[in-house]
Amino acid sequence: MALDKPYQDVPGTTIFDAEQSRLGYHLNQFCMSLMKAESRARFKANERAYLDEWPMSEEQKLAVLARDLNWCIRLGGNIYFLAKIGATDGKSFQQMAGSMTGMSEEEYRDMMIAGGRSIEGNRVVGEDGDAQPHRQPQGKSQQKAGA
Amino acid sequence: MARITASVYTSHVPAIGAALDLGKSGEPYWQKVFSGYEFSKQWLRDNTPDVIFLVYNDHANAFSLEMIPTFAIGCAAEFAIADEGWGPRPVPVVKGHPELAAHIAQSVIQDDFDLTIVNRMPVDHGLTVPLSLMCGQPAAWPCPVIPFAVNVVQYPVPSGRRCFNLGRAIRKAVESFDQPLKVQIWGTGGMSHQLQGPRAGLINREFDNAFLDRLIADPAGLAQMPHIDYVREAGSEGIELVMWLIARGAMGDENGPGKPRVAHRFYHVPASNTAVGHLILENT
Repeated sequence: MALDKPYQDVPGTTIFDAEQSRLGYHLNQFCMSLMKAESRARFKANERAYLDEWPMSEEQKLAVLARDLNWCIRLGGNIYFLAKIGATDGKSFQQMAGSMTGMSEEEYRDMMIAGGRSIEGNRVVGEDGDAQPHRQPQGKSQQKAGA
Repeated sequence: MARITASVYTSHVPAIGAALDLGKSGEPYWQKVFSGYEFSKQWLRDNTPDVIFLVYNDHANAFSLEMIPTFAIGCAAEFAIADEGWGPRPVPVVKGHPELAAHIAQSVIQDDFDLTIVNRMPVDHGLTVPLSLMCGQPAAWPCPVIPFAVNVVQYPVPSGRRCFNLGRAIRKAVESFDQPLKVQIWGTGGMSHQLQGPRAGLINREFDNAFLDRLIADPAGLAQMPHIDYVREAGSEGIELVMWLIARGAMGDENGPGKPRVAHRFYHVPASNTAVGHLILENT
């Protein structure tokens, strides 16, 4: 019998469960290695060579090089591990979280100051909230680029 | 005999620590957060316990994917401050209470909760930000701290019901310790927030305030809430709130003290990506 995973219909959300953790093991362990200053320096000096020291999939390496956190998460990354890449790049947690929405840093910050993203329309896939698949990416610049 | 005198609940947003450490706490954005803790700092000075039992979660700092303990109790004499990638926070080292920690581990494991005993564990913002919020920037923390780390990063995390019952077992353990210690239990993390994906930035004031109401008045009922309600309503990282139920379970209302007194309540949006909630409950 299949396991019950009631969280799969939450829009714009990937739950880091045992299956995702299995997929992302080496990706997340690579991220952990960046907690050492010496590793951060080696990674920055030659990212591709550093990534090649890890038994990650080619797609995981490309997702890291692209700094595409949504892509990393689809491949088993977890945000607390991926945050080590952001720290290496000198990014705050808010910049990292915002980067996954398509909004500019300013747009995301303003949304938070105005009370954050509304839950309305964002509980279940199929509603019409701003986190729903048919409304991505968010942010003015993205909409212009896509128009 | 040791006893639990009060419980403290607070979010543990890393940006709050950064704001303090970088001297930004006077900025209007951060003043709105810190103002909610002015009362609490004075309260802690007036009600300094002998030990703080601090429930928090590690954020991929002490624990990588090599080992993922569901409940880990810090039994060491001292805990280093973790370097989370931005350098360690410039805060005092955390002194433990090995004697009480070992006693609690023995009692709670015999009550069927499988704790992992940890003797080397750097502590991250999950533990140090609550201390900073409640103590400011002292040269040393006011008392020993027993770190109690809960896995809320990899699903499935422990249920609210299990956390609440664990709190009850911790109370029983504390009460059987043969020294007259005053112990506070702190539950940290939350409130609503999501740090990942297109739904990042989610905040749900209605959920958060209902959670605070029920935590005070109906904790056993609140403990029945399934994981999916936290995820859907409070965001994927809002699940941290199950840790508050450990502290609440340790207040032991049904076994004598009755309903605790609400000494302080505060709620503010936002701190970075997160809704900040804070409560102080005293055993009467």
